[in-house]
Amino acid sequence: MSIEVRNLSKQFGTFAALRDVSLEVRSGELLALLGPSGSGKTTLLRVIAGLDVADAGQVLFQGEDATDQHVRERQVGFVFQHYALFRNMTIFENVAFGLRVRPKDVRPPDAEIRERVHELLKLVQLDWLAERYPHQLSGGQRQRIALARALAVEPKVLLLDEPFGALDAKVRKELRSWLRRLHDDMHITSVFVTHDQEEALEVADRVVVMNEGRIEQIGTPDEVYENPASPFVYEFLGNVNLFHSRLHRGRAWIDGIEVDAPEHAEAEELAAVAYVRPHDIEVDRVAQGEAALAARVTHVLSVGPIVRLELIREDSEDKNPIQVEISKERFRELQLVRGDQVFIKPRRFDLFPNRIH
Amino acid sequence: MNATTLPTTARVRRTRATQEPAWVRWSLIGLTLAFLTLFLFVPLILVFYEALKKGTDVYFAAIIEPDALSAIRLTLTVAAIAVPLNLVFGVAAAWAIAKFEFRGKNLLITLIDLPFSVSPVVSGLIYVLIFGLQGWLGPWLAEHDIKVIFAVTGIVLATVFVTVPFIARELIPLMQAQGTEEEEAAVALGANGWQTFSRVTLPNIKWGLLYGTILCNARAMGEFGAVSVVSGHIRGSTNTLPLHVEILYNEYNFAAAFAVASLLALLALVTLALKTMVESRITQPKENANEHRSA
Amino acid sequence: MSTFRQHSILPGFNLALGFTLLYLSLIVLIPLSAAFIRTTELTWQEFWFAVTTPRVLASYRLTFGAAFAAASVNAVFGLLVAWVLVRYRFPGKKLIDALVDLPFALPTAVAGIALTALYAGNGWIGQYLEPLGIKVAFTPIGVFVALTFIGLPFVVRTVQPVLEDIEAELEEAAAMLGANRLQTFTRIIFPTIFPALMTGFALAFARAIGEYGSVIFIAGNMPMVSEITPLLIITKLEQYDYAGATALAVVMLVISFILLLVINLLQWWGRRRGALA
Repeated sequence: MSIEVRNLSKQFGTFAALRDVSLEVRSGELLALLGPSGSGKTTLLRVIAGLDVADAGQVLFQGEDATDQHVRERQVGFVFQHYALFRNMTIFENVAFGLRVRPKDVRPPDAEIRERVHELLKLVQLDWLAERYPHQLSGGQRQRIALARALAVEPKVLLLDEPFGALDAKVRKELRSWLRRLHDDMHITSVFVTHDQEEALEVADRVVVMNEGRIEQIGTPDEVYENPASPFVYEFLGNVNLFHSRLHRGRAWIDGIEVDAPEHAEAEELAAVAYVRPHDIEVDRVAQGEAALAARVTHVLSVGPIVRLELIREDSEDKNPIQVEISKERFRELQLVRGDQVFIKPRRFDLFPNRIH
Repeated sequence: MNATTLPTTARVRRTRATQEPAWVRWSLIGLTLAFLTLFLFVPLILVFYEALKKGTDVYFAAIIEPDALSAIRLTLTVAAIAVPLNLVFGVAAAWAIAKFEFRGKNLLITLIDLPFSVSPVVSGLIYVLIFGLQGWLGPWLAEHDIKVIFAVTGIVLATVFVTVPFIARELIPLMQAQGTEEEEAAVALGANGWQTFSRVTLPNIKWGLLYGTILCNARAMGEFGAVSVVSGHIRGSTNTLPLHVEILYNEYNFAAAFAVASLLALLALVTLALKTMVESRITQPKENANEHRSA
Repeated sequence: MSTFRQHSILPGFNLALGFTLLYLSLIVLIPLSAAFIRTTELTWQEFWFAVTTPRVLASYRLTFGAAFAAASVNAVFGLLVAWVLVRYRFPGKKLIDALVDLPFALPTAVAGIALTALYAGNGWIGQYLEPLGIKVAFTPIGVFVALTFIGLPFVVRTVQPVLEDIEAELEEAAAMLGANRLQTFTRIIFPTIFPALMTGFALAFARAIGEYGSVIFIAGNMPMVSEITPLLIITKLEQYDYAGATALAVVMLVISFILLLVINLLQWWGRRRGALA
């Protein structure tokens, strides 16, 4: 089932949680809402679920307006960040809850409920915990039970609020790929909220990057990582170096290095910032032509296949350290140690004119 | 914990999904107000109404009459002795219980709570059994011409008994929640016991202490059953305010009874007002502590 | 000492604990034990006789019956009051929240005469009940009314914090799974607050059993009909029947201790439930 969100706005007091947000979730896809605290991602999820009501805008399921539909009628599965398992019930009863509270005429018979619950518990590989209580389970197990419980009512849409937020790093990673596999098997339209870019990029079919109540960019993980649409997305997804630049009629000067900037053909003497990923910076011991900046190595972190360098510009007032990532191979070739002089050149970059404040 | 909640959201945000329909809400509110009106507000209003029914002259006459004044004096005296005693006890008990780990702690806490579960009448009776004429110490006291029962001493003792737990039970959970780190830091920095207590512990517990003291005082001034057993109801001598109310009432002097009762009702209202004010002071740091813990 | 208490660098333990124990012994423990020791002056038969005369038995029935009824009413309405105070906003809420503690703060004698005046045949409420054939003042119903008044805050104040602590997420989860509000209440909320509710009930019951001041005015104190056990103790005392008074006091004390134990168990149960998040 597809979900469509049209022009949603929501205000909490003076705080705008959502500003005119529109979004389409395709049927069967796994979508991530990614953004920092207060970006509106959880509010968006809760509005879709019907837990919060937007001040303006519409929510449509499969083209049908569900804005005024009560949560109970939306057939949405929701997994809470802190699981929200009912502590006075066994795991079995937790999962069975959604079936048991149905009106008598549509409630499945007991035997069927039992069968369905055990099926689900098997699906999340925890059927041996049926008679336990939530407090006897680990965080990861609780999260899987919360998922099984949400699936029990056969929702058309699955919404997950920071599903791995409360787990430790190792369990997080395991559950992440498990969720991906589960989704591949079930193909239920799913939306999950996260503030962890790695999680979003690794698990989702598409990623929605949110900031200050707005959508900054929507795209596949590759798209948003490789072609960030805004400085915010650049900075939020991974490390990035900033270079002062100038734009003029399709040409750009990144700290003096002149490059082509055809997409800024209209720019007239515009101050800009060049965003360069650490792995998109070329490092050499000698200057390759004039288009290179002199820098000094201040820190070397050579653990693992990627070597991280920290450099300080020598010919500039700008003393912010520059992060560079090179392969181990290249590192061996260069034989760099702290204090060495190097010459750097951005290989790939994006230019954004300075925002007018 | 990853804070993803919105800055302006309250801890429990009620939304459509977890809210009852308006008619249910207002019915429940209406039922509650009706119940509380019938059982709380009407009796309270009635006290003042009955007290002033015959005019302010009668009202003030009942209050400045010598027996009433002597009852006020005695009530204040008893509270002035009982409250400080229980204050010292409460602080000492809370210090031992909250700041140290020792065996039998839970038993001790239960023992401190004991007077709450004893009937006021029994609380008075046990002192009669010890100090009364037929009591253990009765003959000896009579020989030395010391009166405890049917005298102020007995009233003080009974009052102390029924108010023992108030301050201690307020301080114990508060001080337990605060832990011992600050005090340990003070000691490590060279503070002696008194300095540690007065400069570190006391500022942290002052509102809890005040809260317990307010409640303790209200009960000390209002206690009836226990005091009634040991007092002997001697007018102008061993009559506290609540006992004076009883005597006036039993003499069918209703206007005077309610006039004196209105003083006690005022005391109750002042107690509640102070309590509410102090409560907000205590809860704030508690919430901060919670935030701190979950951060 | 090392096995008795764990090491601490903080000073004053011996002084504080010593004073606490001394004070408790002098004020509470020794006087209480006096009641038990004095009853040993009676033989078992004498004791049994003193605490089972028809008049005493009638007082038990009244005391426990009225206390139970009052605590039950308070359980229902206390839950209602706590619910409304925690969940809803309405004008005057703060004032009402503060006034719920009135029965704790108001001297019992004042409550007693106010309720009596209210429910007497010519009282504000009594005048409407009398024509219906309902007599409250000077009957067992009066005892029940007084005990309801003094027990009112217990359930409210024990349930209120637990209700406040229930995460909104739990109720949202239930709603998302299709439960209506009543189902959410009966299956999720009620089981969570049940230990607190029982604790509040037990506290109100324990308080009601021993209550004296508010009851004696409204009860009428007729032997065999509206005479509560605490009053009977005083009556015996006034007749210089120390042994009889003490025997009854011991019965009351034993019941108080049992209730105290029950309350402690209930609180332990509630804490355990609350801790298992």
